[in-house]
Amino acid sequence: MTARTSLLARVPTPARLGYRFNLVGRIGLAVILFWAVIAIVGPIVAPYPPGEIVGWDYFTPMSAEYWFGLDYLGRDVFSRILMGARYTVGISLAAVFITVTAGVLLGMVAAVIGGWFDMVLSRLLDALNGIPSLLFGLVSVAALGSSIPILILTLAAIYIPGAYRYARALAVNVNTMDYVTVARARGETTFYLISREIFPNILGPVLADLGVRFIFIVLVLSGLSFLGLGVQPPNADWGGLVRENIEGMSFGAPAVIFPSIAIATLTISVNMFIDNLPTKIRDRSE
Amino acid sequence: MTEPLVSVSDLRIGATTDSGRRVEIIKGVSFDIAPGEMVALIGESGSGKTTIALSLMGHTRTGCEIDGGTIRLGTSEITAMTERQRAELRGTKVSYVPQSAAAAFNPSKRIMDQVIEITTIHDLMPRAKAEARAVELFRALALPNPDTIGSRYPHQVSGGQLQRLSAAMALIGSPDLVIFDEPTTALDVTTQIEVLRAFKAAMAESGASGVYVSHDLAVVAQIADRIIVLKGGEVQEEGDVEQIMHAPSHPYTRELLSAFEPKLHASPASKEARPRPIIEVRDLCAGYGHMRNGEPLAKVLKNVSFRLERGRNLGVIGESGSGKSTLARAIAGILPPYRGDVLIDGQEMLPDLAKRSKEELRKSQIVFQLADTALNPTHSIGAILARPLTFYHGLKGRERERRVIELLDMVQLPAAIRHRLPGELSGGQKQRVNFARALAAEPELILCDEITSALDTVVAAAIIDLLKELQRELDLSYMFISHDLSTVEAICDEVLVMYKGEVVEALAARDMTAKAQHPYSRLLISSIPQLDTDWLSSLEQDPELVKQFALR
Repeated sequence: MTARTSLLARVPTPARLGYRFNLVGRIGLAVILFWAVIAIVGPIVAPYPPGEIVGWDYFTPMSAEYWFGLDYLGRDVFSRILMGARYTVGISLAAVFITVTAGVLLGMVAAVIGGWFDMVLSRLLDALNGIPSLLFGLVSVAALGSSIPILILTLAAIYIPGAYRYARALAVNVNTMDYVTVARARGETTFYLISREIFPNILGPVLADLGVRFIFIVLVLSGLSFLGLGVQPPNADWGGLVRENIEGMSFGAPAVIFPSIAIATLTISVNMFIDNLPTKIRDRSE
Repeated sequence: MTEPLVSVSDLRIGATTDSGRRVEIIKGVSFDIAPGEMVALIGESGSGKTTIALSLMGHTRTGCEIDGGTIRLGTSEITAMTERQRAELRGTKVSYVPQSAAAAFNPSKRIMDQVIEITTIHDLMPRAKAEARAVELFRALALPNPDTIGSRYPHQVSGGQLQRLSAAMALIGSPDLVIFDEPTTALDVTTQIEVLRAFKAAMAESGASGVYVSHDLAVVAQIADRIIVLKGGEVQEEGDVEQIMHAPSHPYTRELLSAFEPKLHASPASKEARPRPIIEVRDLCAGYGHMRNGEPLAKVLKNVSFRLERGRNLGVIGESGSGKSTLARAIAGILPPYRGDVLIDGQEMLPDLAKRSKEELRKSQIVFQLADTALNPTHSIGAILARPLTFYHGLKGRERERRVIELLDMVQLPAAIRHRLPGELSGGQKQRVNFARALAAEPELILCDEITSALDTVVAAAIIDLLKELQRELDLSYMFISHDLSTVEAICDEVLVMYKGEVVEALAARDMTAKAQHPYSRLLISSIPQLDTDWLSSLEQDPELVKQFALR
């Protein structure tokens, strides 16, 4: 083996590096991927146009014609869930990635630079944290109008302070390690310090945080939809579907049960996946 | 011979690792302890000495189990008892003095309440009587203000006092056996003497047997009657202190002893005229905290000046808090000094690290004490060594790979180790990698901050040999910071003695014992334990001197 190939051989194939994970994690990943695919192809495979009233009855049970029954207006629930995936999965994933990326980057930079920068940034984000999340959503949607990019940015803005605090606390601990001091004494830039020395060491807890924050975002998105600030009718995200069909609860209508199941599968599988990531990613200190 | 107090036969302790594999930690150990006898368990880290000591209380660390063998203490068979019966035994028949007294005391409770806790738990005596007994013990352990020290909180007494208080805690239930688990390892040498003396006196008074766990032969020689040398969970040699010291039969014991022998350093005789000193420091001041009028709140270094010629080595000795490490950090620019000059190779260094050029930074490299925290656990050894090569010398690809292998070879590690992560290496190997990283920069000066302190004696001796060899090959200079005088003696030409942030004396290393003038240097040098059983009892130190300087 030449020197070059042996270095390259370290990079690929998850299994040989020990990035193997167990069945529970794989199921979680499979469900997430399933919903991600639905989010993309949902409107194409939906049997009926999601906004159209297709039956004369309402809150009907499951049938061969309408798999998950009809909703309170006689629209096909199955089609509406497939369509809703685009909003719930898409908006939440986009928002959670913006949140965690921004929070972790700012947190690490604050930890490494410290001093005034850290102080000012932390207090600013604390102030942002002080605004109740739904109120913040209300104001920003009222001011900027309700569109999907606005929703994503609003949700991200609500959760950035939390992600920042968490990442900063982790990074501050790693920052005091001797290997970071050695790198600093070598004359490395801040970018190198955060990307190569600190980030790999906080990755595990940050991913766990991402899972929790994803669920919070799904819930706040549903809350905003409930207030009529989220996804606008005739479209609806899953939270919106639950809310608009809530009267069907007393009939045991599938129209309210299936959107709930959809939310549950997504949030639980995200956590199943995060909790069962390969040990090498979750606990890098070993 | 009388019936032994403790007899351990064929003790086996095993553990299950995270991956579910069974490992045997203690592999069939047998020994006896006579009443009133002090037995030392000595060995390197991982030799099982603490595991054996804990098993005498019937206790094993989480995940470990006693798999076989018997432990008998007095009339009770510890291995056959239930956990509840063992709990009855602890504190009354057998007790424990931990390594870190600071961690063993609850900071929110008064010392007296914690010392007499055992009497309350086992209902041994009324509180007033227990307190009287505690005061008696405080007096026997030579604690200051024995009548009132109990009403203080743990943070209000010094580390050495706290260690003696934890011995009082162990002795209050009049146990038959006291287990000392490296009780002086974390203490400064001047403090250690007082603690050892107190232990010795108190144990002689109580008549209890003792087990003393340590890695330090010189300390053990002062306090133990018999020594058991352990390695890899097996007894290597067992014998009287005199026999082990003077006529060791096992090769491992000899290795331990030889690591102890003072090897005086003779620097490579290069008498050619050197143009300028490799490092010169003038009136260096540094400190921590808020800056006010250009001076920080907590001033640590006060007007430190020295110079070191190229190719020679400087030792910096002192106790904890003397500012040794701060000196290294100030020179490296990690903690920018607020006054004074640092000249490396004749070039003045700006105080702030960020303002120094790459070339200036390359010339001096710093190596830290704990290789565990100095190597990023997520990077492979190859990546750790490759980074300075790319950073300082712009090496890439195959050329860099070749240099990494070369560096590993220099520190006597196999090339294949570059694919491993730091967690997969032993302590000595990690320290070698740590050192190789500094070498990768091709520096002229290496600041070594206590690099051998966390290592076992034998491993540390090997590292020192390595440093010397590399110096001959690469024309390096070392600034060697240590609290251990024998290591400094082994590698340095000159020695700075530091006390409370000031250099109190600069000496030549070869005759530092004879020529030390300053009272603190003399106290420090005389406090280093010697491999001589009579050293402690014959040691005389001027009490005035001790009062003035030792932070007891």
